[in-house]
Amino acid sequence: MRRSKIKYLSTGNEACGEGALRAGCRFYAGYPITPQNELTAYMSRRMEEENGTFIQAESELAAINMVFGASVAGARAMTSSSSPGISLKQEGISYIAGAELPAVIVNIMRGGPGLGNIAASQSDYFQATKGGGHGDYRSIVLAPATVQEMFDFTYDAFSLADKYRNPVMILADGMLGQMMEPLAFDDNIKPSGIIPKPWALTGAEGRKPLSAKSLRLGSGKNSLERHNERLQEKYKNIERSEIKTELYKTDDAAKIIVAYGSPGRIGRSCVDTMRDDGDAIGLVRLKTLWPFPYAEIRKLAERGCEFLVVEMSAGQMVEDVRLAVQDDNKVSFYGRMGGGIPEEEVIIKKLKNRG
Amino acid sequence: MGKKKYKLKIDRERCKGCLFCAEACPLKALSISDDVNGRGLKYVVLSSPEKCTKCGLCVVMCPDCAIEIVEEE
Amino acid sequence: MGKTYTRPNSMKDVLTHYCPGCGHGMVHRIICEVIDELDVRETTIAVAPVGCAVLAYDYWNFDTTEAAHGRTPAVATGIKRIHPDKLVFTYQGDGDLAAIGTAETIHAGNRGENISIIFVNNGVYGMTGGQMAPTTILGQITATSPYSRRSEKEGFPLKIMEMMAVLPGVTYLERTMLTSPKEVIKTKKAIKRSFKRQLDKKGFSMVEILSPCPTYWGLSPLESIKRIENEVVATYPVGVIKEDK
Repeated sequence: MRRSKIKYLSTGNEACGEGALRAGCRFYAGYPITPQNELTAYMSRRMEEENGTFIQAESELAAINMVFGASVAGARAMTSSSSPGISLKQEGISYIAGAELPAVIVNIMRGGPGLGNIAASQSDYFQATKGGGHGDYRSIVLAPATVQEMFDFTYDAFSLADKYRNPVMILADGMLGQMMEPLAFDDNIKPSGIIPKPWALTGAEGRKPLSAKSLRLGSGKNSLERHNERLQEKYKNIERSEIKTELYKTDDAAKIIVAYGSPGRIGRSCVDTMRDDGDAIGLVRLKTLWPFPYAEIRKLAERGCEFLVVEMSAGQMVEDVRLAVQDDNKVSFYGRMGGGIPEEEVIIKKLKNRG
Repeated sequence: MGKKKYKLKIDRERCKGCLFCAEACPLKALSISDDVNGRGLKYVVLSSPEKCTKCGLCVVMCPDCAIEIVEEE
Repeated sequence: MGKTYTRPNSMKDVLTHYCPGCGHGMVHRIICEVIDELDVRETTIAVAPVGCAVLAYDYWNFDTTEAAHGRTPAVATGIKRIHPDKLVFTYQGDGDLAAIGTAETIHAGNRGENISIIFVNNGVYGMTGGQMAPTTILGQITATSPYSRRSEKEGFPLKIMEMMAVLPGVTYLERTMLTSPKEVIKTKKAIKRSFKRQLDKKGFSMVEILSPCPTYWGLSPLESIKRIENEVVATYPVGVIKEDK
């Protein structure tokens, strides 16, 4: 069989788009906003080539609700935006979670709050993992750190969304969106995790009519409370089986950097540099932000490790690390806000001083 | 084949007493009841069945599908 | 009128929550009659709004979803693009369509989405207690226009249909009312025309229906109908507003 592995230089945004297409996404609605514009432009070209649907919506609000429509109709659907636009989509995401619909939402984060700037940032962690919309719901949140992962994680997002009938968010900072790196995948790759969707609205031909909705005014087994209990069961199930973390040289590490996305890459090179100096440093690089690896971090804490959490924000994921470690003396934080990028020298200095 | 006979059937539980039908009836054959239905609402009755020509204008105006025209058994 | 008449098959046999004399019940029934007559019950997908008609899926015997407030045309766009061969329509009130959902309405029309919008204009927000709506007419007192609607303070009743008429993507617009059997029959004809045009892939169409809301107009059902004829129609004249071939 002809060697079908293809490899080319791609931006993260475009890799994300291609990952979606290869996962069988045939509906995309977007709206212009930096730093994710390359993704919207890419889909406007490629979707038609795959005779899917591309719509530039009148707003991010409309876009997420178009995704609601395409998804309730049974299609794999996606939207993307950047921080302010993702804020506009929160109500729609809550509806998607409440109606238990699969959908992929990509956030290429920029500096905030407000209009902020267009530099890379991670200050939407709370919004993404603690539910930026209303109600007790969770989105599965995947955090790529390379252009390759922008492809792979987006590809995986669609099978996760269908498997759990839940919104899945790709959370990446602006650098990951706009930088170029080699991207490789098998040209014959097919969509995975395709499962029947008996709940989809296709017209009540030969079956009872369906109503897919998030409104629940019933009582007893049809009550909103029962519905929420089922959702919580689903979320526990996801927490049991979908956590993904990269442990880099943590086996003998005394101090561990905890990070995701671009800071995860910076952390990795700090580990290499300090290991050369003989310091036992490791990295926990999160691939899933929700479900969060509490147990894994707690295990390292029980071994006596100390942690330095590095984020491009005022410190948001650090709260979850503190929850896992349950000992504030063991967890310190270094972050840059407003688009600032954590510096390797500062990380190394912080890790050395605490010796 | 005998000429089919039809009759008006009013579902007093569906009716909410809005009287759109009574207003629309060209021969004023419908009027409001004295008692109330299960929902505590007055309902419409065919007070002059002999006037009713089964024209269906009442049905057109009914918001609750409370009036039907069916073949008489 | 056929000799016999029973509840349309596309309408479930349930009591509705609508107030006595509310127009929603009539419009629901008319839509179901049209769907039965076009024999498309099994290929219809509807999008219910947020508003009094949010519970429409409890009354309709065909696939229905329910959109976030105002986003109904966007949800319908997504559905129609995935199922271009199905009859897709939205059912919306004046707040859903002409206040929070104005952009969705205008842009769905401007894209010429091949969907039908059934727009029930009763001049208030019914579900939430009779607040002023974009279609509240001048001089009308509501829960949030206690001094009546005054153009200098509360602006003018929005003429969304007339606004939509200038969009090339919008091919059929008609405004009707529910004030008498003749007008109800006209309403049914308009809805049937809108659905048929969609099935014939003639693009975006919308039917606005002036509808009574006795509860929040503070009138009896029959007085509400009179009010439509005497007052509402002056601001919202009925008739075909646009019809391309």
